[in-house]
Amino acid sequence: MPAVAGLACVAALFAIGLVAVAIGRSRAGTTVVYGASLLVSAIVLLFALTHLILASPPASVTLPLGLPWIGAHFRIDALAAFFLIIVNLGGAIASIYALGYGAHEASPLRVLPFYPAFLGAMNLVVLADDAFVFLLSWEFMSLVSWGMVVAHHRVAANVRAGYIYLVMASFGTLCLFLAFGVLAGTGGQYSFAAMRAGQLTPALALIAGTLTLIGAGSKAGIVPLHVWLPLAHPAAPGHVSALLSGVMTKVGVYGFIRVVFDLIGEPTPYAGLIVAAIGGITAALGVLYALMQHDLKRLLAYHTVENIGIIFIGLGLALAFRANGIEWAAALALAAALFHVFNHSVFKSLLFFGAGSVLMATGERDMEHLGGLIHRMPHTAFAFLIGCMAISALPPLNGFVSEWLTFQAILVSPQLPQWGLKLVIPAVGALLALSAALAAACFVKAFGVTFLGRARSNAAQAAHEVDQFQRVAMFVLVTLCILAGIFPGFVIDALAPVTRALVGGTMPQQAFLPWLSVVPIVASRSSYNGLLILLFLVGSATLTAAIIHRFATRATRRSPIWDCGFPLASPVAQYTSSSFAMPIRRVFGASVFRVREQLDMPPPGAMRAGHFQVRVFDPAWFAIYGPIARSVRSTGIFLNRIQFLTIRSYLTLVFGALVVLLLVVAAWR
Amino acid sequence: MALILELAGQALQMAIVVVIAPLLVGISRKVKARLLRRIGPPVLQPYFDIWKLMHKEMVLAHNASWIYRVAPYVVFAVTWVAAALVPTYCTNLLFSWSADLIVIVALMGTARFALALAGMDVGTAFGGIGASREMLIASLAEPAMLLIVFTIALVAGTTQLSTIAELFTHSPVGLRVSLGLGLLALVCVAIAENARIPIDNPATHLELTMVHEAMVLEYSGRHLAMIEAAAALKLVLYFSLIICLFFPFGIATFDRSLGALLIGVMAYLVKMVVLAVLLPIGETSVAKMRVFRYPIFLGSAFAAAALAVFLLFVSRGF
Repeated sequence: MPAVAGLACVAALFAIGLVAVAIGRSRAGTTVVYGASLLVSAIVLLFALTHLILASPPASVTLPLGLPWIGAHFRIDALAAFFLIIVNLGGAIASIYALGYGAHEASPLRVLPFYPAFLGAMNLVVLADDAFVFLLSWEFMSLVSWGMVVAHHRVAANVRAGYIYLVMASFGTLCLFLAFGVLAGTGGQYSFAAMRAGQLTPALALIAGTLTLIGAGSKAGIVPLHVWLPLAHPAAPGHVSALLSGVMTKVGVYGFIRVVFDLIGEPTPYAGLIVAAIGGITAALGVLYALMQHDLKRLLAYHTVENIGIIFIGLGLALAFRANGIEWAAALALAAALFHVFNHSVFKSLLFFGAGSVLMATGERDMEHLGGLIHRMPHTAFAFLIGCMAISALPPLNGFVSEWLTFQAILVSPQLPQWGLKLVIPAVGALLALSAALAAACFVKAFGVTFLGRARSNAAQAAHEVDQFQRVAMFVLVTLCILAGIFPGFVIDALAPVTRALVGGTMPQQAFLPWLSVVPIVASRSSYNGLLILLFLVGSATLTAAIIHRFATRATRRSPIWDCGFPLASPVAQYTSSSFAMPIRRVFGASVFRVREQLDMPPPGAMRAGHFQVRVFDPAWFAIYGPIARSVRSTGIFLNRIQFLTIRSYLTLVFGALVVLLLVVAAWR
Repeated sequence: MALILELAGQALQMAIVVVIAPLLVGISRKVKARLLRRIGPPVLQPYFDIWKLMHKEMVLAHNASWIYRVAPYVVFAVTWVAAALVPTYCTNLLFSWSADLIVIVALMGTARFALALAGMDVGTAFGGIGASREMLIASLAEPAMLLIVFTIALVAGTTQLSTIAELFTHSPVGLRVSLGLGLLALVCVAIAENARIPIDNPATHLELTMVHEAMVLEYSGRHLAMIEAAAALKLVLYFSLIICLFFPFGIATFDRSLGALLIGVMAYLVKMVVLAVLLPIGETSVAKMRVFRYPIFLGSAFAAAALAVFLLFVSRGF
């Protein structure tokens, strides 16, 4: 795919955004904007797919835009093609969903112009080949997505979420800006090609890598930079939440991979250790916070943090293996991470669509007011169930394959020569296993409380199935979850050009193995066959059902709930989201959360109702952001005094500043 | 012809695990009863129970959804497939490479997921309590399990169960402290996963501490038969795992003659019976734990497995 074609599509998306300003008010405007976005995304998706599968050589183009005499560089290589697929697959399917969902938007002009511009900006980030274009489109992406986060600005929480998002996004861009500054060096080479060619000293490489980890990681949502994410992602409309969580976090991952794997060059092994350890902590903490939520969309957003952690575990392992020259293992770890990028973009979009449909059908995001939706929204429930199973890493669906590959990469770690890595990476593996099991708990809770049981409110009682566009979008993703789970070999093969370009090795070719197995290293070491497992499961379940129906009685009676003889008619007596999470809250509460439980028990004889309130706080706010906010405030108050000085004091201040700067220059020379 | 024989071998394994599963439960119950000075039900009672349940009328709550009706079959099928993929009497059966140790552990996760959802389907407090605690136990057991896998993979260089069994049968691995710690951890995990004392009591209903029985409280008739059978199969699965990983001797490996296969089957059955006798002895000698002491129990399994990994690193020299 020539890069010009990609740019033309980006321009088309921006143009759609401008058109949307004009026609956004009309009923047809929604259909036109989302339909056109769907078309353009699908074109870029096709281009990028062919580019990746044919393993085309990188194509680049320079446009006479941007900074004078420098121009704007764009390039599409295997990595960019892969992430273009992620962006435009998510974009295309979100557009299908929005054809139905967006029609119910109360104020379409607050979403419609931003939506195609957001898609275009994400594409532009991936296509960028110099620091200026990259940062510009990165910041533009943040800004237009902010516009959609505060689309429903009459809710105070959304405005607050938007504010925190803006602060965190600016901070992240600042870090990336500094990172590119270090990479550009004193020569000021802005293009990625020059940065790739340049050699950094280890210290500078470490600084650039750390700044990128912070900058791109804040967009992706690594702990403790994740705080904006569970606030901002749920605030946006359903299809935009899916894009923010499923796709934009992946653009953050792209930024990290592009700079650390491609531009910086040779890493030190301990850089991999740091990234993998941060990934492990992010995964475990993200899922623990997710478990504590009872707002369905916020639960999903927190869960994105977990998946970003899993991706970063893979990336850290890839760095460590590459630094030690074990290319095949680096390729395995990187392929696992990229496979998880794909998987997460698929099932997280699916789950956010499901949550959006639930919100549309009931007007509720709080799981404590839902329940029993499987009877009233059977299609949404089925799609959401598949998404839950995929994200919980259950075989034979796709989430399992990438986590299994990550485990396989972790099991290679004893071959690393560094002792620190040898000892820490098994612990990271244990964190990954913990987060996989907790993810299953989290999604048993999410599905069980929302869709199973009895309705906890009238809104849930009166819910109805959503329209066909939303269902089509969800079922396309369901199909992808299943296909990627039973034919993972094709995805792994498609990733080969990316791993070859970034770590110099590939995984063994999978597509022509007998029975379509996946063999990450050699067959005597480990192998997995999702297709056969699925066939076995279907076969044995059918056989069992046939035997049961042949030999057992078919007598069935419908009756009220038994519940050991004491059923309570009120649906309030069911297990709620908070009660489901209580054992885990209690086990991990002391170390990981701040839990405040308030119990107001009236004395015997008093006629008032008792109250029990649990509040779970994200400790990142206390440990990091609280002190920062306080120090900014106190510094601000202190500096406020400078505003009211006499002219003599101002002159002294200017003179003092001049002297200090001269001293600095003198010391520097 | 060779393919047909291979398929027959795999089918035999599928048949063995499902046929002996209720028997093992029967043996455990009998031994436990004898230890408690009761006569106990006949060894074959679990078969009769399943047959009886299959012919009882099934009572279904009004608001039960399709998940509730499908879950017993899913749980049974997944457990059966997982149990049939662990080498029992012979290594390298036709489909043994379609799942390694991690996949088998994850398959048990699929079964657990289905059962927990079924527990929440009708909307009772008991179902929710069981599902919630089951997921807690799983999340505590999973890290320990991964470190056990890590220990085995460090010693054997693979996670393929057949390869591990072959290696441990033929090459002089010797007695290793790490493997002993790994066995200890696996036994703890197996006890927790199979809802046995001290984590859960399989013989109780109507007790606030129950976990597995609380999830399946609403089930009756043929569905309950499926769930009982699946629970028995899960016990077989973990017994087979312990045997395959730590006591694989007697298993038919490269020699596929009829004699070797017979020896393999006999050795497997004898070892299973030994474990089925040991389990109730362990169960009667400890008391049931409070729910919030589970982290200590499973944490010690995790510590044992972690120690096994680090011992292996250290014993290989700095």
